[in-house]
Amino acid sequence: MSDPTPDELMTVAAARELTDRTVCFVGIGLPSTAANLARLTHAPRTVLVYESGTIGSKPAMLPLSIGDGELAETADSVVPVPEIFNYWLQGGRIDVGFLGAAQIDRFGNLNSTVIGSYEEPKVRLPGGGGAPEIATLAREVIVIMRQTSRSFVERLHFRSSLGFGDGPGDRERLGISGAGPTVVITDLGVLRPDTTTCELTLTEVHPGVAIDEVREATGWPLAVADDVAPTAAPTPAELEALRALQAARARTAA
Amino acid sequence: MAEILGLGEAVAGLVHDGDSVALEGFTHLIPFAAGHEIVRQRRRGLTLIRMTPDLVFDQLIGMGCARRLVFSWGGNPGVGSLHRLRDAVEHAWPGPLELEEHTHAGMANRYVAGASNLPFAVLRGYVGTDLAQRTATVAPITCPFTGETLTAVAALRPDVGIVHAQRADREGNVQLWGITGIQKEVVLASGRSLVTVEEIVDELEPRPGAVVIPTWAVTAVAEAPRGAYPSYAHDYYDRDNDFYREWDAISRDRDGFREWMERHVMAGATVG
Repeated sequence: MSDPTPDELMTVAAARELTDRTVCFVGIGLPSTAANLARLTHAPRTVLVYESGTIGSKPAMLPLSIGDGELAETADSVVPVPEIFNYWLQGGRIDVGFLGAAQIDRFGNLNSTVIGSYEEPKVRLPGGGGAPEIATLAREVIVIMRQTSRSFVERLHFRSSLGFGDGPGDRERLGISGAGPTVVITDLGVLRPDTTTCELTLTEVHPGVAIDEVREATGWPLAVADDVAPTAAPTPAELEALRALQAARARTAA
Repeated sequence: MAEILGLGEAVAGLVHDGDSVALEGFTHLIPFAAGHEIVRQRRRGLTLIRMTPDLVFDQLIGMGCARRLVFSWGGNPGVGSLHRLRDAVEHAWPGPLELEEHTHAGMANRYVAGASNLPFAVLRGYVGTDLAQRTATVAPITCPFTGETLTAVAALRPDVGIVHAQRADREGNVQLWGITGIQKEVVLASGRSLVTVEEIVDELEPRPGAVVIPTWAVTAVAEAPRGAYPSYAHDYYDRDNDFYREWDAISRDRDGFREWMERHVMAGATVG
């Protein structure tokens, strides 16, 4: 089997953050790939919830959208959209929100709305969708995104979803029950919020990645843990499951 | 009682220039045939309302039907940008597009408030985001019982609500199943409603988990086989994920987009 790519290292590391039997609200793209990989490897009883209203989806192939028929057919239950947000997310039934974004800042706030100004954007991105409420109402949030100095920025162009706001105490002041982002997984390594400052701190790097590389791919002076550990290389079983998932999607795209 | 009409006469009768028009269907049952008919009838100045604008609004926006967009997530799911939507927002082509932007939870609750004849809905939403400041139809509200600060969103009452469903009977009773999204709320929140269906049948056989909207709550029903394509109709046909990918290239360029629309939509026969 060929060596894992940076994207594969990221996806496997993200999947490992999900423990079995957690109820996970899944965004499309990288989060959905990682959550399904977890379900097919070490966390078979993880419950995947998609914003189209499918609860307990067990897709055999990766969906392209959050509402592919496969997600409904393999679900334990399909509920209307107001219900998925009001009863299940706002009702406090979601353990983990699994999100991506275009930009993130040192406090784990996310931008998926615009690059440039809101009135005259350089790039108009899709927008918040389900994420703004997932970010505050899930018990915790896992973020997965590729790390570059353009995506890890000193200042967000727009705050679409709240992380730790401007620092310690902000979530509490806003009356938010969820813990916020507990981990950020990238193609270079793993960042976790410092328990005192809430600032994202590099705690792990993927095999072969130097700490300086991660600093260069970060748009602010990156906090680095005293003992940065390497992430464990993907096991053959993990890689095989991930590649089979992606091959199944590629076949449907043929 | 819903009138059973041809799609052409239904759109002509229900959708007027300047109306606010919601077309819903959360990935599933997106009313493409009705959207195309609106394009063919060259409606102008519309306020388009939809949680996930999807390809159907990319087409309506690119063809100049819209003045304003009310939405919560405007991308091509799993693929990337909606290029016509982006071109309208970034470069005002083919005209300026005013945005009213929400979250999914906010939009869903706005429809619920509209269907419930309430002026607003309450949720724990938009907290700590820049959206709350940008959008006039979002405001903080104090709970009269606990004093807690919550978020209010204004009700959505579109002039016209359009959805697609699997089938209707000859009386105009509508039945849909699979991902039922926000379909029922849109019909009940809107001043007038049009439901396009895969087929009109003699009798609606009961189905577990299906939503039935009674004929007296619907303005018009029109038969439109494959009317949700390239989205899908559960138990009728699958989502054409390849076409969603191809749309990225088709829509990237203004001329290429217009040419595609002329060939595949404008030249298409109006159903009915």
